[in-house]
Amino acid sequence: MFHTALTSADLIFLAKGAGMTILVTAISVFIGTLLGIVFGVLRGQLGPIWFAPVTFVLDIFRSVPLLIQLVLANAFVGMVLRLHISGLTVACMVLSLYTAAYCTEIVRGGIHAVPATTRRAARSLGMSWLQDMRYIVLPLATRIALPSWIGLALGVMKDSALVYVVQVTELLKSTQILITRLQEPLFLLLICGAFYFIISFPLARFGGYLEKRWSND
Amino acid sequence: MIEIQNVHKSFGQLEVLKGIDLTVQKGEVVTVIGGSGSGKSTLLTCINGLEPIDKGKILVDGTEVHAKTTNLNKLRQKIGIVFQQWNAFPHLTVLENVTLAPRKVLGIGKAEAEAIAEKQLKHVGLGEKLSTYPTRLSGGQQQRMAIARALAMSPDYMLFDEVTSALDPQLVGEVLETLKMLAEEGMTMICVTHEMAFARDVSDRVAYFHKGIMAEIGAPDQLFNDPQHPETRKFLASVR
Repeated sequence: MFHTALTSADLIFLAKGAGMTILVTAISVFIGTLLGIVFGVLRGQLGPIWFAPVTFVLDIFRSVPLLIQLVLANAFVGMVLRLHISGLTVACMVLSLYTAAYCTEIVRGGIHAVPATTRRAARSLGMSWLQDMRYIVLPLATRIALPSWIGLALGVMKDSALVYVVQVTELLKSTQILITRLQEPLFLLLICGAFYFIISFPLARFGGYLEKRWSND
Repeated sequence: MIEIQNVHKSFGQLEVLKGIDLTVQKGEVVTVIGGSGSGKSTLLTCINGLEPIDKGKILVDGTEVHAKTTNLNKLRQKIGIVFQQWNAFPHLTVLENVTLAPRKVLGIGKAEAEAIAEKQLKHVGLGEKLSTYPTRLSGGQQQRMAIARALAMSPDYMLFDEVTSALDPQLVGEVLETLKMLAEEGMTMICVTHEMAFARDVSDRVAYFHKGIMAEIGAPDQLFNDPQHPETRKFLASVR
């Protein structure tokens, strides 16, 4: 007969951890996407040579493991800058830049995939560069880039499990705390996985819905 | 009036326009014929300011297209251009394709822009397709939508760049009929085309381009029946 020491208070504790995971992911994906759009557009406008310094910095965020970025950023903020910033802020800053590094490439690819002839048609109608971007390029690039962006957002959500190293108690850390106390690792990890699925599934479905709707255009 | 004066244009080492001179009066229809790579399409994109030129001048109603002080976005509002590939905006309905530029560029209100768009779409025979997305239209319908989109800006001049070249043969007729209708209404047009019968029927003058030079220009009867330049004779013999 299955027996567990897990109480409703423990489930609420896990739900709070899930809430923190959602918060960190939402903030990071939001800021990272905005930065990614700005960098992606600038990359297309300035060309690879003028944009090289930014590309170099973004490459660092893409190449160095997130765990190392979080530990180093936390140490830099606390020990070098001597700032008293919460772990949540550090986590969101690092994850935002990490997201921006990937999102820049997604946006650049999406913009690049909009046919030059379509853009030329827009400009031939008297549209300015900004109007061309606003009404033609970005809406089309969004449709092209959406599947990759959904993948990135889901990836960031799972990667946010690493922010425990800067003292943020998100879903996985909450689970580890309960495992230490209850000694039921498999059952608790199963529940933790179920929480991750519940968070991820609506986003994946929403992406699928948008793709289907846009494919009918 | 469009005045093209000694226009030169190169892409890298390749000189595609080698000193073109041409004046198109208001209400005139000039058709440009010639082989591939003769510079016909490049000339149209230069007139619209989509391509810079290396030497010479293009004036539209006295405004120099490539002058640094010229507001190209404003100038393009009076020069409509339709390309070989119709370049529909696939995320917008037919009606939205046509209303976008009048609303955002000319600042016309939604209702008025829709009335203009509906009128132009009916004009080209697409009055029943307002809420359809371009991907659901045939090539000929998409090309007619592109024509309506350009006309909705109320341009003074229309440039057509081989607008039937990418169409299946059975769809060519419907687009040519639309162009004929515009010509009969007095629209000033420069048409680059491979449709010789069309050029003969609608043009006031036909220009033959050969390797970046305007080898010959004249009335359709003269150019098709009594070509003066040996290259024109050779070209016409090859397409007959």
